[in-house]
Amino acid sequence: MPLGSRVIRRLNWLAPLLALAMVAACAKDFPQTTLAPKGDLARIEDAVFFETVKWAALVFVLVEGALIYAVFRFRGKPGDPEPAQIHGNTVVEVIWTVIPALILAMIAVPTVKAIFKENETPKGNALTVEVVGHQWWWEFRYPEYNLTTANELHVPVGRTVSLKMGAYDVVHSFWLPQFAGKRDVFPNRETRLWFTAEDPGEYSGQCAEFCGIQHGRMAFRVVAQPPAEFTSWVDHMKTITMQPAATSAAPIDSVHTSSAGAAVEQQTAPPAPPAPGASDSAKAQPGPAQDPRVAQGQKLFLMKGCVGCHSLVAYNAPKGLLGPNLANVGARTYIGAGTLKNTDENLTHWIRFPQDVKHGVLMPNLGVTEDEAKALVAFLRTHR
Amino acid sequence: MATTVLGHEAHVAAGYGEKTGLWSWITTVDHKRVAILYGVGALFFFLLGGVEALLIRIQLAKPDNTFVTPEFYNQLFTMHGTTMIFLAVMPMSQVFFNYIIPLMIGARDVAFPRLNAFGVWVFLLGGLFLNVSFLFGAAPNAGWFGYANLTSKQFSPGLNVDFWMLGLQILGVSSLAAAVNFFVTIVNLRAPGMRLMRMPMFVWMSLITMVLLLLAFPVITVALIMLMFDRFFGTHFFVPSGGGDPILWQHLFWIFGHPEVYILILPAFGIVSEVLPVFSRKPLFGYAAMVFSGVFIAFLGFGVWSHHMFSTGMGPIADTFFSLATMLIGIPTGVKIFNWIGTIWGGSLQLKTPMLFALGFVAMFIMGGLSGVMHASPPADLQQTDTYFVVAHFHYVLFGGSIFGLVAGAYYWWPKMFGKVLDDGLGKVHFWLQLIGFNLTFFPMHFIGLHGMPRRVYTYPKGLGFEGMNQLETVGSFVLAAGFAVFLYNVWKTWRHGAPAPADPWNGATLEWSIPSPPQEWNFPEIPTVSGRDPLWDAKRQRGGPLPEPPRVSGQGIHLPAPSYWPLVTAFGLPVLFTGLMLASKIGPWGIVVGVALLFFGLFNWLFEPSYTSIPGVRGKSHH
Repeated sequence: MPLGSRVIRRLNWLAPLLALAMVAACAKDFPQTTLAPKGDLARIEDAVFFETVKWAALVFVLVEGALIYAVFRFRGKPGDPEPAQIHGNTVVEVIWTVIPALILAMIAVPTVKAIFKENETPKGNALTVEVVGHQWWWEFRYPEYNLTTANELHVPVGRTVSLKMGAYDVVHSFWLPQFAGKRDVFPNRETRLWFTAEDPGEYSGQCAEFCGIQHGRMAFRVVAQPPAEFTSWVDHMKTITMQPAATSAAPIDSVHTSSAGAAVEQQTAPPAPPAPGASDSAKAQPGPAQDPRVAQGQKLFLMKGCVGCHSLVAYNAPKGLLGPNLANVGARTYIGAGTLKNTDENLTHWIRFPQDVKHGVLMPNLGVTEDEAKALVAFLRTHR
Repeated sequence: MATTVLGHEAHVAAGYGEKTGLWSWITTVDHKRVAILYGVGALFFFLLGGVEALLIRIQLAKPDNTFVTPEFYNQLFTMHGTTMIFLAVMPMSQVFFNYIIPLMIGARDVAFPRLNAFGVWVFLLGGLFLNVSFLFGAAPNAGWFGYANLTSKQFSPGLNVDFWMLGLQILGVSSLAAAVNFFVTIVNLRAPGMRLMRMPMFVWMSLITMVLLLLAFPVITVALIMLMFDRFFGTHFFVPSGGGDPILWQHLFWIFGHPEVYILILPAFGIVSEVLPVFSRKPLFGYAAMVFSGVFIAFLGFGVWSHHMFSTGMGPIADTFFSLATMLIGIPTGVKIFNWIGTIWGGSLQLKTPMLFALGFVAMFIMGGLSGVMHASPPADLQQTDTYFVVAHFHYVLFGGSIFGLVAGAYYWWPKMFGKVLDDGLGKVHFWLQLIGFNLTFFPMHFIGLHGMPRRVYTYPKGLGFEGMNQLETVGSFVLAAGFAVFLYNVWKTWRHGAPAPADPWNGATLEWSIPSPPQEWNFPEIPTVSGRDPLWDAKRQRGGPLPEPPRVSGQGIHLPAPSYWPLVTAFGLPVLFTGLMLASKIGPWGIVVGVALLFFGLFNWLFEPSYTSIPGVRGKSHH
């Protein structure tokens, strides 16, 4: 189609210009933007989007321009004679039926190509992650490593992540703008999504399907790490137990031995910042002087019923718990699925009054005192 | 013909139209009064929905705001959507269906005048039923789309969802009654000579809307009954733990929901297609293309529902089908837009208020259409769906489209309906405030959505960059509200101080402008004969100038439907029945019994009441 391709070539300057205008400072000012893709799937979506934007911009300028021109050009005065009474023009009408059809074909072709691309099953050595949407938090499981975590998904840069998703209660939607777009998750039905992270960093996403009173507070983070760093994170997660990190060497159980091999490796390649003084180093030497509140917190975690809903073990963690896994809660950026920054103060407040912070959440106000909450925080901080 | 001229008969209807007082409104079956009842209700609910929108905008004006609770916010956005769709835009269209269609086709009333009255009472009672929930703190809170399985008893144990599903069920009865009525009216009651292809475009678009209503509403009715069974009787249509499927609800809802979009926009298409020619002094460009593109849009409208569900992961074949079908709708829609521009092209434009709103409609609707093509593409939609980008899109269609079109219609037909022309200066102030406020409110939503803000969130955290544009949107929403305040002032001022309007203030082309403003109860003393698409322009051209002001006549011997309060009694049966159903677990079956009894009592008396005024000296109860 020579005419079509000529039109496209004429239009080509439009796309980068628009892209530039829209993306300018995007990622920095808008950390959840869809306009600065950092993963392959998001790039496919972005490319199709800009294909539509290009044509829409052209049509917009021409049609709105014609409308505005006509309004100024044909403005009449009350005394003017009656204008020519034209009822239609077949040639013109056929032209303006065919042109939109051609433009839509220009959009349809890349659209259909992209539809089939994004529906492909990832091939090769993809990292499978099971995603479970809960009212109102996200559970992530790595079957390959038998690990469970919540609200912060760690992924290796450069390796395709294949998400197998479901929901525990109602319909949610997993939306990770910079990597993958979104896919709804359902109870009793598996949906899939995949992406490959390009650059290390922390990325934000959140639930996009209305799922009840706290739909607005159902965010998650994705931490993309260089492969080595990711491997050490996995190894480190396997070592976390119920015990506070500094004393975790003492009651080694079957869970721990099974990950011993990994733990050895880890010492040759020390883990990244998140957990410098955590369980792995504890094995080599006794931890620094232990805060007495840590032991108290550990007791409270059992006494106050926290343990009924939360697990502190990531490796081989029990499934079907009502609350998010807390194995590395001390190291997460946010608490309450993106509700509060994970500071000691906020965590204390959250433990005491979850219903005030995030009304309707399944965690009740348990009548924890300020001192008890602080002890719990001290204890949870050892789980990094 | 439902009505007949019985010129030789004794007096029947004289003085009829002058009847006033509450009782005359309660018993009215006059399509013009029914229209005004629709209008009063629609305006009230529109303002209510507008207040809900303003509360939403205040809450979102800053991050982590606590102006309203999350629970109340969810009620607000659910009721804003439900109200604007079912209680504002649809009944506003009903105002014009009721008032204008019979006048445009040269009829004395609608085909089923008492069914018409029943429809408006059911609408008003249904609207009250939905909104009474606020008084119990149990307003619907699961979105206007009510996605399963959040609406199941397990996850929504309160009365909120009950109010929503039963309220919609009541309103569906009203819509179906109106659809049957106007379909039959348009098909059967046209004046002699008004062939289908001579019908005014508003009548055409209305006819298509009726077909859409007749085909789409049964689907939501069935879906709501299934939901009702799930909630009241423990079935599992949409409950996954019992083997049901939440996606089934999405399919059923959108098979209704997408045609519903055209139910909301097609009447506005029709209004604009009337206003643009009159104020361009030039006939509608491409009449036949306009008719067929409308039919085509409606037809395709039933084959695109799953484009609301791309993110559910339907697989490449379904994605492709629904994507291409959706894009196809862009063609007839484009034809319409080009024909509107073709209509004003070469005309002599009179930029009065109705014309400004009609032009605003075209300008805004273009943008809504273009963003619609963007998320017709599933890969792009995987980012855009459930974000503010979609909120921007459908407000450009339903506000920039439907509301601009309906406001154009209000200014255009106000003199016909109330006998006074709305002030043009205030109208222009209204227009500019609305245009600027609208764009300030909704244009930034495109960007905020693309930058990652999802819909239906009661707040957003700091640090995602959402603050600035949300503040702008909130400012815009108040400018928009100011526009409607000017409109209300204009209505009040015109009511008190407006000069009487002539029969034909705009040099109109259609039959409604040939009779006095406001029309007498029987509309046409003599049923006109039509020989073209713009009968009044033809008449004026033949005469070589404006027509003389039509006289108000006595109406002697004109035979009209009798007033009746049985439609209202019957209408009361529905909310009573549904309230009884809702409270059955607490009060037993008695509410249901009373509701059913009321329904049958009303229907029985309705059926055995003579439907036309008896004519003294002719026969007693002859007409049914």
